[in-house]
Amino acid sequence: MQAKLSVVALSIAAVFALGACGQKEEPKPVAAPAAPAAPAPKPEVTVKLGHVAPMTGPQAHLGKDNENGARLAIDELNAQGLEIGGAKVKFELIAEDDQADPKQGTIVAQKLVDAKVNGIIGHLNSGTTIPASKLYSDAGLPQISGSATNPTYTQQGFKTAFRVMANDVQQGKALGEFAAKQGAKSVAIVDDRTAYGQGLADEFKKSAEAAGLKVVATEYTNDKATDFKAILTKIKSKKDDLVFFGGMDAQGGPMAKQMKDLGIKAKFLGGDGVCTPEFMKLGGEATEGQYCSLPGMPLEKLAKGPEFKDKFVKKFNAEIQLYSPYVYDAVMVMADSMKRANSVDPVKYLAEVGKTSYDGVTAKISFDEFGDLKGGAISMYQYKGGKLEYVETIGGSPMDAVKAEVKEAVAEVKDAAKAVAGAATDAAKSAAGSATEAGKEAVKAGADAVKGAADATKAAVEKK
Amino acid sequence: MDIFLQQIINGLVQGSIYALVALGYTMVYGIMGLINFAHGEVVMIGTLVTISVAGFMIKAGMPVMLAGMAGLTAAVLVCMALGWGLERIAYRPLRNAPRLTPLITAIGMSIVLQNVAMIIWGRNYLTFPPLLPKVDFEFAGANFTAVQVIIVAVSALTMGGLLFLVYRTKLGMAMRATSQNPAVASLMGVNINRVIAAAFIIGSALGVLAGIMVGTYYEIAHYQMGFMLGLKAFTAAVLGGIGNLAGAMLGGILLGLIEALGAGYIGDLTGGFLGSHYQDIFAFMVLIVVLMFKPSGLFGEKTGDRA
Repeated sequence: MQAKLSVVALSIAAVFALGACGQKEEPKPVAAPAAPAAPAPKPEVTVKLGHVAPMTGPQAHLGKDNENGARLAIDELNAQGLEIGGAKVKFELIAEDDQADPKQGTIVAQKLVDAKVNGIIGHLNSGTTIPASKLYSDAGLPQISGSATNPTYTQQGFKTAFRVMANDVQQGKALGEFAAKQGAKSVAIVDDRTAYGQGLADEFKKSAEAAGLKVVATEYTNDKATDFKAILTKIKSKKDDLVFFGGMDAQGGPMAKQMKDLGIKAKFLGGDGVCTPEFMKLGGEATEGQYCSLPGMPLEKLAKGPEFKDKFVKKFNAEIQLYSPYVYDAVMVMADSMKRANSVDPVKYLAEVGKTSYDGVTAKISFDEFGDLKGGAISMYQYKGGKLEYVETIGGSPMDAVKAEVKEAVAEVKDAAKAVAGAATDAAKSAAGSATEAGKEAVKAGADAVKGAADATKAAVEKK
Repeated sequence: MDIFLQQIINGLVQGSIYALVALGYTMVYGIMGLINFAHGEVVMIGTLVTISVAGFMIKAGMPVMLAGMAGLTAAVLVCMALGWGLERIAYRPLRNAPRLTPLITAIGMSIVLQNVAMIIWGRNYLTFPPLLPKVDFEFAGANFTAVQVIIVAVSALTMGGLLFLVYRTKLGMAMRATSQNPAVASLMGVNINRVIAAAFIIGSALGVLAGIMVGTYYEIAHYQMGFMLGLKAFTAAVLGGIGNLAGAMLGGILLGLIEALGAGYIGDLTGGFLGSHYQDIFAFMVLIVVLMFKPSGLFGEKTGDRA
């Protein structure tokens, strides 16, 4: 019996060891030789940044992309040799895998809190970011996500939660308006029941209905599925002219393909989760001519975009999948806040994160009082010949796109947007608090204000 | 009506894939009473090897048919070796251990294989080369493709072949004897180790076939594709009565049909209260009901202490 038991123990141990190896197979270039260095002229502090994304599972390719973005930023920061609070700072990335699973997300979040990291970059998915943000908030750790777009993340009242990407309220709205502009009359909505997919689909539905579209079917799948024929067959019977998918590329690609197999003539439309090269690879020719949206402006149109792309491709010998530029900015914003606070202590630099005004790769980054990116733009893209082709940008203040002479006009717009954001959030707050007439009216007033600001934006841009 | 027919076709094809994988589970279980949870990973590795070999040969300018055959051959060889290796390394040393031990080892091997595949093939999705010509048919308003017809045909043929093997050949007789009583079978001159190794090798080869079908059908592959597929196929095997070949086939097709019809009609049946994301619940409820009234599955033999 003894012998048998030890065999069991050994095999279990082996399994765990191997499993662990698989997750951490990436070499950590900056990890070990930090502390016992030769006597340096200045004291050196190690700043540990926790990064969380799915490194295994169906979204592992996106998780790796995020991590690469963070790694690029950290290597650059270390090369710069920053000094904060009189000490030389060495950044270290502690990368964790949450498997895109909310349960796992909180487990690794606790692990990072216990490891006393100085800040958190991530998580990738809204579904993991939202439950984890509570732990970070309790620990007072600033958290900047480059990709969690569900509005709930920043609306929980946590002072530590920030994101450098437009949220799904903005994106859903833009997508709905775009669908109406494309002449769609009826739409079937599919979502993957994650916080991200469901949130985006809900916002899209609101906006689409407001724009006069008829929602003829609402179907669901999950973020691990590969077969969508059953729900697509049902959708086919509704004869709608658009299928909207709230979810990620690993499902969206095969879905587009299966739509074609079933002879569905409807167009396909999706959000940032399917706006990837991977989507086109998986969907093949079925993706040709379809549309998707991405928060922010296309990289090629941004001042620092092409440079980032070159650096990224050179360093990792991989294509940018999706969020890596945003994650790169998230790290830079955090480092910038530490610099301004002259401290790497989360308690001290947290206040500075909110005051950020940083000219990043993806946008000029500053946060509203909720930690949301101010004036986030949404861009529409079309899949054409295996490439994402930029169509147009909806909303936001496209800072980098307009030239220096319209800077003033843009500043004006930004102020307007700020006021609108305030009004809108007030409205949202009162509506949430009690669904009274007053709340509803406030919403209406907020909506009017948004409309007014949009006109103002248009006028301001035209002024150039 | 055309929608109903389309859902039946969807379910039939999906079910045939489950059935093909379930055959691998049920064969090993039938002989040694072991649930080989790593079988889904064998399917995955078969698919990925096919992609690598066939993809390379197509790029080198070989005709698609030839490349496909080469990919299939390579994958079958690799997975046969893998199946044999699994049995030799992970299960044979534990053959007389309590039942739980090899089960845990099987789960462990599944994780190991997933991670090995992740290291070799990376995290990204791979596209399966189009090995079969794309031909679409339309029948009474329902669309289906040549690939779907081939999938159903292959799984039916495979099961026929397996039944022949088990009931009409000497190896099959040895398998049945081992299944009934390994000790007595070995006294009668049956080489138990050979028989069990053969079961693993054949099961793995079937897994490759299933993997290639999945690959050509969905045209994608990923290092974690085997996990969910394996779980569903295992469910199918239990539904049909694990250890019974015809049961695995029937359980697979039944599960596929239940899923397709569940996803298609559950929303209408419950007036929108339950949506299509409850399709798995639908399938598992059927499983629970079946097991409540017939614990050994639809076709399972009554064997008390097993399962």
